[in-house]
Amino acid sequence: MNVLFENLPALLIAVPLFCAFLVPIIGRFVPKIRDAWIVLASLASSLTAVITAIIVYTKGTIVYVFGAAAGTPAAPIDSGGIPFRIIFTIDGFGAFMLLSAAIVSFAVVLYLISSQKERSGKSEFYALYLLLTAGIFGMVSTGDLFNFFVFLEINSLAGAALVSYHRRGGIAAEGALKYLIVNTVGGLMVLFSIGILYAQYDSLNMAVIASQISFSTLNIVALVLFITALAMKAGSVPFHFATPDAYSVAPSGITAAMIVASQAGLYGLFRIVFTLYGDIFNTVTIGWVVIILGVLSMVIGVTMAIPQKDVKRLLAYHAVSQTGYMLLGVGVALAVLGDPLAMAAYGQTAMEGGLFHIINHAMYKGLLFLAVGAVIYRTGVWSLNKMGGLGHNMKWTMIFFLIGALAIAGIPPFNGFASKLMIYESVFAFNPALSIIAMVVSILTLASFMKVFHSMFMGPQLPEYAEVKEVPKLMIAGMVILTIFVIGFGLFPDLVVNNLITPAADALINNGAYITAVLGGGL
Amino acid sequence: MIANLPFIAVALLIGIALATILLKKNMIKMVMGLAMLEGAVNLFLVSLGYRENGIAPIFTNAPEGADMVLPTVQALTLTNIVIGVATTALMLVLVMVIYKKYGTVNADKMRRLKE
Repeated sequence: MNVLFENLPALLIAVPLFCAFLVPIIGRFVPKIRDAWIVLASLASSLTAVITAIIVYTKGTIVYVFGAAAGTPAAPIDSGGIPFRIIFTIDGFGAFMLLSAAIVSFAVVLYLISSQKERSGKSEFYALYLLLTAGIFGMVSTGDLFNFFVFLEINSLAGAALVSYHRRGGIAAEGALKYLIVNTVGGLMVLFSIGILYAQYDSLNMAVIASQISFSTLNIVALVLFITALAMKAGSVPFHFATPDAYSVAPSGITAAMIVASQAGLYGLFRIVFTLYGDIFNTVTIGWVVIILGVLSMVIGVTMAIPQKDVKRLLAYHAVSQTGYMLLGVGVALAVLGDPLAMAAYGQTAMEGGLFHIINHAMYKGLLFLAVGAVIYRTGVWSLNKMGGLGHNMKWTMIFFLIGALAIAGIPPFNGFASKLMIYESVFAFNPALSIIAMVVSILTLASFMKVFHSMFMGPQLPEYAEVKEVPKLMIAGMVILTIFVIGFGLFPDLVVNNLITPAADALINNGAYITAVLGGGL
Repeated sequence: MIANLPFIAVALLIGIALATILLKKNMIKMVMGLAMLEGAVNLFLVSLGYRENGIAPIFTNAPEGADMVLPTVQALTLTNIVIGVATTALMLVLVMVIYKKYGTVNADKMRRLKE
């Protein structure tokens, strides 16, 4: 048992990968137990992630050195203090992202088992799904830049393949191709910047680079490429065009998982800006770049969402808009990072609000996609114009959708309100205009969701949907898991912020701790 | 100058590749552009590790005091080639599916998603 606990970070990748490659074999020879195996596999990987996160929260940063005996320091003495092995570094921020990914990926598997029952090619579908999980877990826990790139590519490839899985007359392939092209260009830009950093510092380890990095033109070029590429992955404006295309054609459960996958890109963005580049220059400029990206994402996302007829496309544009809130909150913290007074007054809160919104978004947007997917599963139509009166037959789905819609619009007592309030308050202290934009976007979001809710569930029962039934229990179970978190985080925001968010924000702001954890105070 | 030649080639290749991706309407050509971009990044990585008169970084039977090229970047390149093959294959499969369903590989003519 102890061996398992010592090697948890390795299991984080090994469990989903091993289970993924066994799925086609099991599906080929003993198809009866395949579904049970997938649920078990996903439960095992999510549990590994949750236990890892709990250990990080209670005992501090985990530094795991691959291929070394337990207790070997990350930077051995005989190597001259340079960590040459592959290293996983999981600090508060990584643990926080692991937690969010673990919850969503397990809820989605329960949902998929039921919603994909009638489909063909299930073995490969779930193998890809577990690969996607492995990619997300890897991205948020690695301490090595090249490793980050590899997991990013695993994430993008598995994601694109899943988007195109049910081809729907070619449009799924179209959406997947756009998604894959954007992500591949982004991935290669990341690799190019990794090359630039490696050429100067002879290391791929983030802690080593962060401890030596200096202000130079080359490093700024690398930073710009990193920000562009990871904003592409996260789907913020001006790279938002691929996100709605891919999200709207993907199977519904997969879209919920892709939200977490794109947030892993956001993780990379924050990690590089704060941990790698945090020390070297005045972060006001970079902070404003992130703020402007955020505000543009919010406004453009919501204005594009309002006229949409395809319900999943509408939700996808709202995902772009909500990503803006996270960028806004963290961007404000970045802009005042050099000013201890402002940081204490509102920077810390803005940071925590932005990070809190990440996990909240994963929960309520996942819930919304699952609820809409449930409606599509029963009715087979995507267009809002053709839906109506479904509340008569799909009461549970309607309740879940309503909870998700109120959460995304920032209505108490749901979790969206808690994080948005933190963002409003702190951003108002920084710059009132930005805060007002954020509130207006929130109102537009509410308006848009009231329209969707009304045209989907309200009104008289339509004759063509008289036979529609509530969705199977497992799909409900997937939505219940997310609902628990949406309501729980909304009712006890203080508890969540103090225990989960503050360690994550501290881990990002105080990048010295990250470096010391790996290098042991040497260098 | 002569030592910088690989980097000039990298810059040129990246420029041509990005232009191909952005300007070409034929999706097969866009995939070719991406493959070129990948090749450019690989060339960049390998030339970072090059040392003049360097030998392969194998310590067994290596002559005394000889310069060696850097092995890490070569490992990175190898990994990136493998990833690139997978990406290109998946993209070509998607283009194939689109051609089967739409009868065209012209990016301008496939606008069904937008409707």
